[in-house]
Order: sequence, then structure tokens, then C-alpha cells
Amino acid sequence: MDLKRSLFEEELICLAPIDPERDAEIEAKWTHDAEYLRLLKADIARPLSPAQVKKAYESIEKKVEEDKNLFYFTIRTRPDERLVGFAKLYAITWSHGTGMLQMGIGDAQDRKQGYGRQALSLLLRYAFDELNLYRLTALVPEYNRDALRFFEKAGFVIEVRRRQALNRDGRRWDLLHLGLLQEEWAQNGSLKIDEQGRQ
Amino acid sequence: MAITNLFLGTKVRLVVEDPQVEAKAWSQWLRNSEYMLLLDTDPPVLWSEKTLKDRIEKDLEESHEDVFYAMIRTLEEDRYIGFLAFFETFWNHGDAWVAIGLGEAEFWGKGYGSEAMQLALRYAFNELNFHRVTLGVFEYNQRAIRSYQKVGFVEEGRIRGEFLRQGKRWDMIFMGILREEWNNNNPFQPG
Amino acid sequence: MMMNELLCGKLVRLTVENPDVVVEHLSKWNRDSELARLEAARPATPYTKKQITEFVEKELLGDHPDLFFFMIRALQDDRILGETGLDGVEWNHGESFVGISIGEREFWGKGYGTDAMQVLLRYAFCELNLHRVSLTVFEYNPRAIRSYEKAGFKIEGRERNFLERGGKRWDMLYMGILRQEWQAQAQESE
Repeated sequence: MDLKRSLFEEELICLAPIDPERDAEIEAKWTHDAEYLRLLKADIARPLSPAQVKKAYESIEKKVEEDKNLFYFTIRTRPDERLVGFAKLYAITWSHGTGMLQMGIGDAQDRKQGYGRQALSLLLRYAFDELNLYRLTALVPEYNRDALRFFEKAGFVIEVRRRQALNRDGRRWDLLHLGLLQEEWAQNGSLKIDEQGRQ
Repeated sequence: MAITNLFLGTKVRLVVEDPQVEAKAWSQWLRNSEYMLLLDTDPPVLWSEKTLKDRIEKDLEESHEDVFYAMIRTLEEDRYIGFLAFFETFWNHGDAWVAIGLGEAEFWGKGYGSEAMQLALRYAFNELNFHRVTLGVFEYNQRAIRSYQKVGFVEEGRIRGEFLRQGKRWDMIFMGILREEWNNNNPFQPG
Repeated sequence: MMMNELLCGKLVRLTVENPDVVVEHLSKWNRDSELARLEAARPATPYTKKQITEFVEKELLGDHPDLFFFMIRALQDDRILGETGLDGVEWNHGESFVGISIGEREFWGKGYGTDAMQVLLRYAFCELNLHRVSLTVFEYNPRAIRSYEKAGFKIEGRERNFLERGGKRWDMLYMGILRQEWQAQAQESE
């Protein structure tokens, strides 16, 4: 049983709780960057005020507590605990061991620094080693080539292509579903450390 | 009968604090996944300090009579290092569950937890007048099992393969100590 | 030319009913575990009438701009045989998911489901002006997959081993139909 390897800490970043007072302002700024929102999800790109973000945080924690099918983390750099993004596992169907995954690094300057890769590594370990999920799905718009490469490098496979599901800037785009099975992650993704802590 | 200060040891003392003080300490301890995997079967969730405080206040309101909850403070530096609680109290039978956790990892393996448990048992048997105390511990928490055995707890049974972590199944072990076993069996009586 | 009988097909029509009518039928169909397992991923669960009523009033017939829920009535004798609807309409993208369920088994395999789907698709493309419609179906439901293919849906992929049922793992298929594909098909069958 490997207890020493933290579920929440990596070299450059950690998965951390929401700090409503400090985080709301920063996240509100991210929502004013339409590119960030459009790369991330299909939902209508819409800016939020800090107060609206704070309300969203409250309903996230409420949903985590009541529905028990959502796990939400902030991504913060170490050691200064600066907020750089979020990561979540959601839409978990416990009886089948299936769930969905989404993460975002809010400021473009903070991308391609290794934060995303390390956060994904922690998130996958939490999903497969701690929640014991069987498979994960990530939704990626076809125009987000960086995200496609990012997930494929981690072992995800394109499983579904919802043709022309998105309409942005006057043209149509496909929405892709990428999937990763626990056995695939165990074989190539994770560092396997045995009970004595040897790799 | 010595009127000893039941809440004072030589290394630690037991303190009941306001919710926001408790919430602040817990919000840090939650982020130590090694601690959380030793303490709880639920997947660790990183609650915000505000949510923790709200829940603590809510719990206080709902179960005041049947739960005794205290924080563990070091005497030397006056630091919060963990918690201690009695719960699932059966007053008519004189039995309760005890739980203990040291959130500050640097205080593990140095006798702080053992002393806190001794204070708890003294309170249980000399003030609450319980007949026995029960606890649950995970099979992979060897340090805790040894510590409880030293104080006099005995394994009473296990739920085999109750939980799944890191691809393996683990037993939940139940341990118990009877009042007469504690009096005869404890090597260290503080106060 | 305006289609005024928008929600009327050859065998069925789609209606919006009062909560008590919906609850009565959903409660009956809820007890059919084969139906539940063909259609839903969540564990087949018997719900109380109170729970179903709350669900119907708050969700199915509630104030949701992205949800359109209908009951299916046979034209012949006006009997209610199932339910169908559009859920999760993303207006900016012109996309939605669709679901259909024929609760009355005697109506299986006779074209009622196909007809209801055609009516719903016509509503989606001609009144809601959607661009495409999606659905999910489990690999162990071949009758439904065939029926959707006949209606013009194309398989767009599968989430592998999505479900565990009866000790085995099963894929969940995604199917989609684009507006122009539906139009071409509708013209053909005129």
C-alpha cells in the first residue's frame, strides 16, 4: 500500500481546495477570455463576475456533498499556492465505474509549463487508484489540437466523433469523446510502485 | 480519589475549540493524502475552510449530547496536532467508539498519540464511566495497530476485504478494550 | 407551405399531458426492469409514486428551456404507448440529445417507435431549427440500433466498456443525424 506518494502533490503543482475569497477574482478574469472558454467546453462562452463565480463555488461544494458524483480541485503552483487552473471528475456512475474528466489552465502564459501534465497525472491516479473507476471520458472540441495531443499522450483514445456538433464563428466543428480504461492506464500511464516503495 | 486535571498530560492537552479554529486546522490536514488514507475510507475531498466551518457548526447543533470531540494541543509549542473523539455512544450499555488522528505528520511515532489516547481512556473509564471502548483501524495502518495494542486494545474481529484501494482489497479491523483490561494493562498513567 | 399538424405522424402523435397522466404511465413502466436496463445506465430502481411525481413536476414538465418532453399516443385508439423528447438542447450550436421509450410492449416491433422518432426529428429540424441530433444506445439493444439506423442515424463511435451489467462489460454507442441527412431521407420516403 503506497501511502507516501501523495494523491495531491506533484513537483510543480498541487491539487488544492477552493479558496473562495482569493480565487473568485482570478477565475472571473479567466471567464472574460473567450478563447479559454471555447477551448474548454461547448457551453456558451460567457463572462462571470467574481460574485457569480463565488456562487458557483458554493453550488460546486454543495453538489460534491449531496450528489456524491463530483470531485473538484483547484490547481495551484508550489510552493506559493498561486491558482493556475481547475481539474474535476464528474458525471460519475458508480455502479458502472465510469466518469468524466475536465481540466483547464486559465491563463495562456501558464500553459505548456508542465502544470497540466502533472495535474492530469494526479487526477488519473485519484480516479483509478482511489475512486476505483473503470474508465474515463474527456470531451474535446476538434479545434483544440493541443488538448487532443495532451490526452492522447496520456493514453486516451478517440472513441466518438459527434459530427458538426459545435457551431462557432460561422462554421461547424466536431466534438470528440476520448476514453481511457483503467487497465490501459495501469499498463502504460502510471508509475507502478510496489508495496516496499520500489519502482 | 485524586482530582486530577483530566485533560492535561505531559506532552499534550485536550482542548475544545470554536468551529473556525477547527476548520483552519482541518483544511491543512486534509491536504496530506497519507493522513487521509490512514484515517478515512472515503476518497479524500479537499473542502474549503468555509465549508468545513459550516459543517462543523451544523454537526455541533445536531449531536451535542452523544459526541465528545476535542483537539489535541502540544504543551511545548501550543500547536494543534490532531483530534480525538468519542461517538456512537450507548449510554445504557456503557460503550462508545473512539477515534483519533494526528494531522501533523512530524508528530507521528513520538508518543503524542499514545498519550492522547491514554487521556481519552482515563476520561472514558473514570469520568464517563464506560464499560468498554471500541475502535476501527485499517489493516494497512500498522503503526496505529501497534500503538493501540500497547495501550491494551485487543483485536475483536475484522470485516474482510471491506474496502478497495490502489487495486487491492483491505480488511477493517475492530479492536476493543474493557475497563478492567485498562486498569491492569496500562504502563503509563499521566497526571 | 406550413405544416400545421407538426406533432402528428402516420401511426402516432406527440402530446403534452398533465402531470398525473405522465406519472401514472411512468410509474407502470418503471416496474419493467427489462425496459429500464435497455434504456438507462443508472441501476434499475423502483421509485415511489411520490418520487416520480416530484421528478415529473420539477424536471420533465418543469420550466426548462432546453427540454422538450412528450407522451406518444396511437392515432388509432388514442392509447398512450410511450414517451419521447429532446434534452440538453444547446441553442448556440443547434444540437440536442433525443430519447425514446415504448413502455407498452405490445407496440414493440410494429413501427410505432420509428414513426414517433420521425415526428420528433421533424419537430427538431423544422421547428427548433436544430442542425443535428444525437443519441446514445447500448450495444446489447440491437433492435433499437436498427430502428435508429432506419431513421437515418449514423453510428459515430462507442465509449468502450461503459456499462457493467450481468457480470459483463458493454459499449455505449453514440449515433447522430445531421439536418441535411434527415432532409434527404425525408424526401426519399415521400
